[in-house]
Amino acid sequence: MSGILVIAEQRRGELRPVSLELVGAAEGLRRAGEAVAVAILGSDPQRFVGALSVAGVDEILTVKVAAPEFDADTFESAVGALIAERNPDVVLAAHSVDSFGFAAALAARLKLGFATDVFRVERIEGELVATRGGYGQKVSVEVDFPGRRTVLLAIRGNVFKAPEQAASPRVTAFDAPQVASRAAGREFIELSAGDDVDMAAAEFILTIGRGIGEEAKVPQFRELADAIGATLGCSRPIADAGWLPKSRQVGQSGKTASACKLYIAMGVSGAIQHLAGMKHVNTIVAVNSDAEASIFGVAKYGIVGDVFEIAEELRKHF
Amino acid sequence: MKIMVAVKQVAALDEDFAIRSDGRDVDADFFIRDLNEWDDFSLEEAVKIKEAAAEPVEVVAVSVGADEVDESLRKCLAKGADRAIRVWDAAIEGSDSVAIARILAAVAQREAPQMLFAGVQSSDQSFASTGIATAAFLGWPHAAVVTSLSLAPGAKSAVFRRELEGGLLHEVEIQCPAVLTIQLGINTPRYASLRSIKQAAGKPIEVLSLADVGLNAADVGEAGSLSRVRRMYVPDKGRAQLIDGDAAQQAARLADIIREFKGAQT
Repeated sequence: MSGILVIAEQRRGELRPVSLELVGAAEGLRRAGEAVAVAILGSDPQRFVGALSVAGVDEILTVKVAAPEFDADTFESAVGALIAERNPDVVLAAHSVDSFGFAAALAARLKLGFATDVFRVERIEGELVATRGGYGQKVSVEVDFPGRRTVLLAIRGNVFKAPEQAASPRVTAFDAPQVASRAAGREFIELSAGDDVDMAAAEFILTIGRGIGEEAKVPQFRELADAIGATLGCSRPIADAGWLPKSRQVGQSGKTASACKLYIAMGVSGAIQHLAGMKHVNTIVAVNSDAEASIFGVAKYGIVGDVFEIAEELRKHF
Repeated sequence: MKIMVAVKQVAALDEDFAIRSDGRDVDADFFIRDLNEWDDFSLEEAVKIKEAAAEPVEVVAVSVGADEVDESLRKCLAKGADRAIRVWDAAIEGSDSVAIARILAAVAQREAPQMLFAGVQSSDQSFASTGIATAAFLGWPHAAVVTSLSLAPGAKSAVFRRELEGGLLHEVEIQCPAVLTIQLGINTPRYASLRSIKQAAGKPIEVLSLADVGLNAADVGEAGSLSRVRRMYVPDKGRAQLIDGDAAQQAARLADIIREFKGAQT
C-alpha cells in the first residue's frame, strides 16, 4: 500500500488539536486515489474515534498500547510496526514535545526520509519537498529526500487548517507488538503558579523579553502594564532567569494566552516557540530595537525603537 | 561515572547576509559563530552533577565540525568540562542531524559514558533531532525536553520532568545509560572565570577522524543523511505595518491602538 499515515496525539484523555491539523496537511498532499489513515495510540484509543472522524480521513487505526500517555519506546515500536505493515509514502507527525521524543529515533532506525518543523509540503516534479526555517527563521529551507521510500515529516502547529466537516471513516484495530518500555511515566504537574495571574483569561497582555536587559527594569514595565490596563507577561528567558514567575510566561511551553486580543511585545525577538503560542492574537504590536527581529513577521504593527524610550513615552498617555 | 555532552557550534546571521552561489546555504562569511544556547544548559547540568557527586565524575564535551569549533569546545572546558573531543573529516560536510548523530553515537561507543546530554535543539537549524537520533544508534532509552533532572552517579535510573506544551510537566523515570535532551532554564549556566578561560586555553582537544570512530565516508555527508537541502532563500516577511516617527510619535500611535481596543471592549 502507499498513502499517507498520520500519527495523532492525545494527552490525558484529550485529542491534541494539532492532530486534525495534520489531517489538513495530508489533505493538501494526497494524490488521486491515495488514502489517509490516522493512527491513535493509547490505552483506550477507541475513545478518540469520534474526534478523529473528520473529512479527509479514510481510516482510523486504533492502536491499543499499555502506556496510557506518551512513551518513547512504545511509540517507536508501534509506529514502526504500522510503517512496516502499511508501507506509506509519507508519515505526518506533529512537531511537538512528544514527537521530539521519538520521531528522530524512528527515522534513524528505519532510514526514513526525515524533516522536522515543516511548514510547507508539496510535490515538485513528483518529488516530495518540505520547507522549514533556518538560522532563526531568517531563511526558508527546502529539503528533499532522494531515494527514501517513506518520508517522516514533523509538521509545525498552527499552520495547516483542521478540517471542519465530520465524516465516517473506517475504523481498524491495529495490533501493536508488546514492548517492555525502559521508561515509566509517573505524574503530570501543572506549572507551579508563582502568583495568581490567569494568563489564559487575559485579553490584553504586555509582554517583556530579553530586550529589557536586566531584572531592575522589570518594575518599570509592571507599573506600565498596570497603568495601561494590561496583564504583564514575559517570554521564556525572563521566566527562566526568575525575573518573573513561570506562570507569566506566554508562548508554546508557557501558558497559552488563548483569550488574548491585544498583545504588546516589548523587547521580545520572537523565538518560533513564542510566536507559535501567540499566532491566534488579533492585534500584535512589536516594539524592538532590532528591525530584523522575527516578531515583526507576525506582528500587525511594528515599532523599531528603544523599548525604554517607547515605554516612557507611552506611560505619559495614561 | 562519565557524562558525555554533545555540543554544537551554531551560526547566527549577520544583519546583511547573502545566500551561497549554489543556493543551498548562507555564505559562511556572514556567520557569527557561538556555542548553541541549549548546550550551555546541558553542559552546566553535567558539571553540576559532577560537583555534587561524592565519587569522581568526568564530563566530556563532544562536537562535530572543522577547527573553528575548537573555540566552542574551549568554552566548554572553561565552564567545567574535563575533556573535549572534536570529530572532523571533509566527508562530513553536508551531513544532516541524523548523520551527525551517527558520529556522536560512534564517539559514545568509544567513550562508554553512563549518560549522554544534548540540547533540545540548535538555534540555527532547529531540527530538535540530534540527541534522540544518537540514542537510536546506541540503542539507548531517551527522552526529550528535560527541564529538571535527578541523577545520582552510578544509579540504574534517573528521574526527570519533561516540559510539555501549555505549562504542563510530565515526570518520568528512565533506565541508565540514557540520552536526555536538555531544555533552556533547567539551571543557570555559569560564566567562565578569566582564570578558567586561561586554563582551558592550555588544555588539549582530542581531534578524531571518521576512521578513528569506526565510520567511513558513506556513513556521513549526504549519503548518510535522511534529508538534503535543495534550496535556501530569504522569504517574504515583515508583514508588520511599521509605525514611524520619533519615540513620542510612535508611543502616541501605540496609545491610540490601546484606546481603540479598550473602546471596542466596552
